[in-house]
Amino acid sequence: MAEPSTTGLDGANRGLADLMTRLRTGLPGGHAGLAVLLLALILGFSAFVPNFLSAGTLQSFMYQLPLLGLLSLAMIVPLMTGGLNLAIIATTNQCALLMVWIMRTMIAPDAGAGTVFAIILLALLAGLALCLVIGLITGFLVAYTGVHPILVTLGTKSLIDGISIYLTRGMALSGIPDAFAKAGNATLLGVPLIFVILIVTAVIVGVILKRTAFGISCAMIGSNIQATRYSTIDTRRVLVGVYVMSSVTCFVAALVMLVTFNSASADYAQSYLLVTILAAVLGGVDPFGGFGTVGGLMLALAILQIISSGFNQFGLSNYLTVAIWGAILILVVMVQTLRPHFRQLLSK
Amino acid sequence: MPDDRSAFSLKALRRRPEMWLLAVILVVGTVFALAARDFLSLPNIIDLLETYSVQSIMAMGLFVVLVSGGIDISFAATASVAQYCAALIATQLGLPAPLVIVAGLLIGTALGCVNAALIHKMRITSIIATIAMMSISFSLLMYFSSGKSIYTLPDWWTDRIVFYQTETAVGDLVRITLPIVTMMVVALFTWAWMTRSSIGRQLYAMGGNPEAARRIGIGIGKLHFVAYGYLGFMAALAGLVQAHRVGESVPNAMYNTELAVLSAAVLGGASLTGGIGTVPGVLLGIVLLAMLQNGLNLLGVSSYFFQIVIGITILISTSITVLSSRRGRRHRIIAEAPGNG
Repeated sequence: MAEPSTTGLDGANRGLADLMTRLRTGLPGGHAGLAVLLLALILGFSAFVPNFLSAGTLQSFMYQLPLLGLLSLAMIVPLMTGGLNLAIIATTNQCALLMVWIMRTMIAPDAGAGTVFAIILLALLAGLALCLVIGLITGFLVAYTGVHPILVTLGTKSLIDGISIYLTRGMALSGIPDAFAKAGNATLLGVPLIFVILIVTAVIVGVILKRTAFGISCAMIGSNIQATRYSTIDTRRVLVGVYVMSSVTCFVAALVMLVTFNSASADYAQSYLLVTILAAVLGGVDPFGGFGTVGGLMLALAILQIISSGFNQFGLSNYLTVAIWGAILILVVMVQTLRPHFRQLLSK
Repeated sequence: MPDDRSAFSLKALRRRPEMWLLAVILVVGTVFALAARDFLSLPNIIDLLETYSVQSIMAMGLFVVLVSGGIDISFAATASVAQYCAALIATQLGLPAPLVIVAGLLIGTALGCVNAALIHKMRITSIIATIAMMSISFSLLMYFSSGKSIYTLPDWWTDRIVFYQTETAVGDLVRITLPIVTMMVVALFTWAWMTRSSIGRQLYAMGGNPEAARRIGIGIGKLHFVAYGYLGFMAALAGLVQAHRVGESVPNAMYNTELAVLSAAVLGGASLTGGIGTVPGVLLGIVLLAMLQNGLNLLGVSSYFFQIVIGITILISTSITVLSSRRGRRHRIIAEAPGNG
């Protein structure tokens, strides 16, 4: 550092401190508690479960995490603004259904590679368009009627689910072309493509929330929507953007869902709805809005998935895993609220 | 029905969100009555009342929590746990009826109080605490019961109890049964308790502005336990009634009803931010959803279509309520504060 010699030491110190604070807020290191918990879980499981630290575990981890992860990313954006999107699963399912339907009705058995590719592209575009429309409608309802997002999305969830169930009669649709399935199950240097998609999406969402004017407006709306409006931010337009972004993330989730289940249905993954909120809050997202990071969410997801795979290898039931997820959530939130009291006790 | 004192003033009526709901119900009812002959028949109405009694009892409990400014997602799980435990006690230990019922209700109340403790003592947001509690209690129930139903409920539990019965001119049997009576008693009690008692008024005050309520000397902590404990009690009661109706205890029978009950309560004008809502309004919300489902069934519309209708109803009615009350919202809250019944 090229500081004048008189203040050299001081300046260097300050520079270092600045760097440390920047590191602490910029990295998931801001969630030291969660990182410690994750590490403790990994160590604990590898001590008690034989073969826990194996390539197989890592592989299944990378195959199981993406769907829940993407759905949680779709949830975190509205959560930042103090809202909620209860329709994410319904949106994802309907988008997946539409894409499968297009692919299986339009691709003739003897179609050439070129037509298949074109139709897959068409299906993807249609899915994306559907998600955009759903996001726009939800966003407009939330922003311009002033109805609480829980209610609006409860309504849109019912409506979207209803349409999907009505059209499919509750049946699952299969018939994904081999080319699509093969591409989805590909790996990059041993890492499944769907996991790469999750990481890329997480980075994009994280950068948007942290580094763009839109993302900062979201956090401001979550803290105080009136004050944000008086700061000449068009809160309504931002809110519409929030729900569009959430829905578009659902489109990515729908792609991953098609790859993992090889089919689409109106009632896949319904139990994930509350788990996404659980993961977000565990990751330090304030359910009233304003605070939260994608890094924290990813750590929380990793913790949940490690618990689930660890107990699976122990041979414990899935139900017990969900119960333990709930208990961990209460524990983490309790520690967060009680920490100031502990600190007070210690300093006395 | 809405407040008698303001019933003569059209202006006051128009300000009440329930009036919109009542108008919608009348329109929908007329349409169904004209289209489906059986819709307004006495047996059909009584049947509807009995079918929706369980949801109504839960909605009364949820209403109290919503008024107090909180939200609870876990009550359906609570109802299942209380019901299943009571069924276990009755079949395995063979205890007499009063003990089983008291035990079931106590379990529900205790689970409600755990929610209150998490929310008040640990300062966990109510939606987060109850989502966590829902995962815990329902998953543990499924784990320990391995999803097995109990079919051998004792006779005192499953025997129909008929308070009044009559035959219509066509020969249909009309019976006022225990679930209907329970629902009516619960609704009347909740209404009287919330509008005529000191605790009820304090709950409204707490939901409207917790800090102000605390400063005028209202015990916020105690009220949390009262509200969530009451919901736990009502959930357990609903669980016991549900087992009475179907004659067995299925651990996941009531799972996923929480959003339906919540929609009904909110349709009926209970505010998610607390302090606003009435018992008649919540009941009207349930009536509307019940009428839609039943009417569409009678018209032969596919049951798959039903969810679409629910979705549209929620969207339209909540938007209308909010948009219509936006003008002079502050005026309305102040003017109506003494008459929230």
